[in-house]
Amino acid sequence: MEAEYTLRRTKSAKKELIRKDFHAHWFAYLLILPVLAWYLVFCYAPMWGVMISFQDFKPLLGFFRSPWVGWKHFSEFITGPYFWRLIKNTLLLNIWGLVFGFPAPIILAVVLNEIRHKWLKRSLQTITYMPHFISLVVLCGMIYIFTQPNGVLTQMVGFFTGHTDQSLLGVSSYFRPIYTFSGVWQNIGWDSIIYLAAIGNIDSELYESASLDGANKLQSIWHVTLPGMLPTIIILLIFAMGGLLNSSFEKIILLYNPLTYDRADVIASYVYRRGIREGSYSFSTAVGLLSSVVNFGFLWATNVFARKYSEISLW
Amino acid sequence: MISSGKGMVAMARKTTGDIVFEIIVYFLAVTVGLLCLYPILHVLFASFSDPSRLMAYHGLMLKPLGFTLNGYRLVFKDDRILIGYRNTALYVGLGTLLNMAVTVMGAYTLSRRDLYWKKPIMIIITITMFFGGGLIPWFLIVKNLGMFNNLAAMLFPTALNTWNMIIMRTAFEGVPHELEEAAQIDGASEFYVLVKIILPLSKAVLAVIFLYYFVGNWNSWFNAMILLPDRGKWPLQLFLQEILVQNDSSYSTVGTGGSVAISSVQGTTAYRELVKYCSIIVSTLPVMCIYPFLQKYFVKGVYVGSLKG
Repeated sequence: MEAEYTLRRTKSAKKELIRKDFHAHWFAYLLILPVLAWYLVFCYAPMWGVMISFQDFKPLLGFFRSPWVGWKHFSEFITGPYFWRLIKNTLLLNIWGLVFGFPAPIILAVVLNEIRHKWLKRSLQTITYMPHFISLVVLCGMIYIFTQPNGVLTQMVGFFTGHTDQSLLGVSSYFRPIYTFSGVWQNIGWDSIIYLAAIGNIDSELYESASLDGANKLQSIWHVTLPGMLPTIIILLIFAMGGLLNSSFEKIILLYNPLTYDRADVIASYVYRRGIREGSYSFSTAVGLLSSVVNFGFLWATNVFARKYSEISLW
Repeated sequence: MISSGKGMVAMARKTTGDIVFEIIVYFLAVTVGLLCLYPILHVLFASFSDPSRLMAYHGLMLKPLGFTLNGYRLVFKDDRILIGYRNTALYVGLGTLLNMAVTVMGAYTLSRRDLYWKKPIMIIITITMFFGGGLIPWFLIVKNLGMFNNLAAMLFPTALNTWNMIIMRTAFEGVPHELEEAAQIDGASEFYVLVKIILPLSKAVLAVIFLYYFVGNWNSWFNAMILLPDRGKWPLQLFLQEILVQNDSSYSTVGTGGSVAISSVQGTTAYRELVKYCSIIVSTLPVMCIYPFLQKYFVKGVYVGSLKG
């Protein structure tokens, strides 16, 4: 009896709380409605739409009447001729990005922080941010220009190899360096901002006491600056690891061609080509689903690893 | 801030090692700066160059080869650039307005302290940062909702960016609570608090988020490529892709009157090359003119660890 009474009372208290909350914050709830509607339409509806990877989706039949086919598309992809090539290319391209692209902004931030001429530091920041604001189409256009036979990059590479007779974009072994270093060029300055912010938050007393202990510049970077940046570095590393099977396919589809598919074609560009260009909706959705599952696995594993060894993690 | 205190100590005893270190640091920084700058300068110099000399030229370019504005004349006569500019102005103008409105609305609600439903709302949002339906289901849903080959396709799918909303929320949370309370005691509505207190105190972040959206909209091309088949609706970036990237012979055969204007000029190939450089400059200039003014706010626009808690 008594228990039921308290239960009923807490229930009505809760109702009262919700009513009061809504009364006090109706404006805030009104404002969030369009935002939630946006997430529903553009994020959650596509998640529901992933079910077409188990169908033979036909646009005329729609989501509800297309026939179900089980795991057909998944097994078709896994046993298909491109499976291992796509996995290998995606992983390698991302590992190149991780090896060259990840440390570059960290080093730049440390270097910029050591520059004591304010005007020089600020101009270098303006200059290194500039490539970030160039659109992907223009960046790729510039790559086309620089890699054509009389282009600057072709001439420089030709100095070592002796070949300047064809575009570098037609040679698959140049694809990974071109893709990676153009990315480093575009993002090194912009990505350094976050590390500069982290350095800015380091207590300056730490530098003074390091200096009193007789540390030279290099030692104070090693023992003060880098440890101060570490939480930021680890969080960003977790994200980067979580994206190992992700790639900015927009840049790839602008740069690749059938001559370079053997190294340039990655999972996401394959999904685009098979899905949007060829209309194999169900098959390419299955491919995309498979890669996001693996991706989340990477993210989760890196997070576990980071939490275990550094006590810094996403969740 | 830090450099002043640290600098004084370092100044007191500068060893040979420190001097070597400094030389290396300055050398590295200037090298990176030059590497970032050179490709852009190259394009700029080439855009003013004599097209026939440009065709024959190999290697680095440290000044324009001759001087001509013919490339720019052709670009401003090219229908594709004009139509593209007009469409992009429309999409960027309306799109960025919508972005800011939706982002402010979401950020305001998420910055309230004692909302009963705040946590569930936050969970709904956070999930989408880790999971998504992928390209194809997204494309099919957007297309089925009628956002295909029309203005809606360029506005609604990109109306919101979760990161930007969270950055703005963090800024709104930083507005002193006492100010809001004082206004509310005076009988101010929530709308008044948002418009007259929170927004004016968050100008720096509003400026940065505006820049992010502006640049994103200006540079976006993929959605237009898959959602706008009609050439008359193409944004600038899509025409640029045609000019710069599809290096096939489509140039003089496909399309609207603009390409005819160019192909009728003598030395087509050379001018075609020159036009590439000029259209890069013309399309990139607006963004390049804005960002240096907002540069000092950029640090406020980055926020890691926002996912925690």
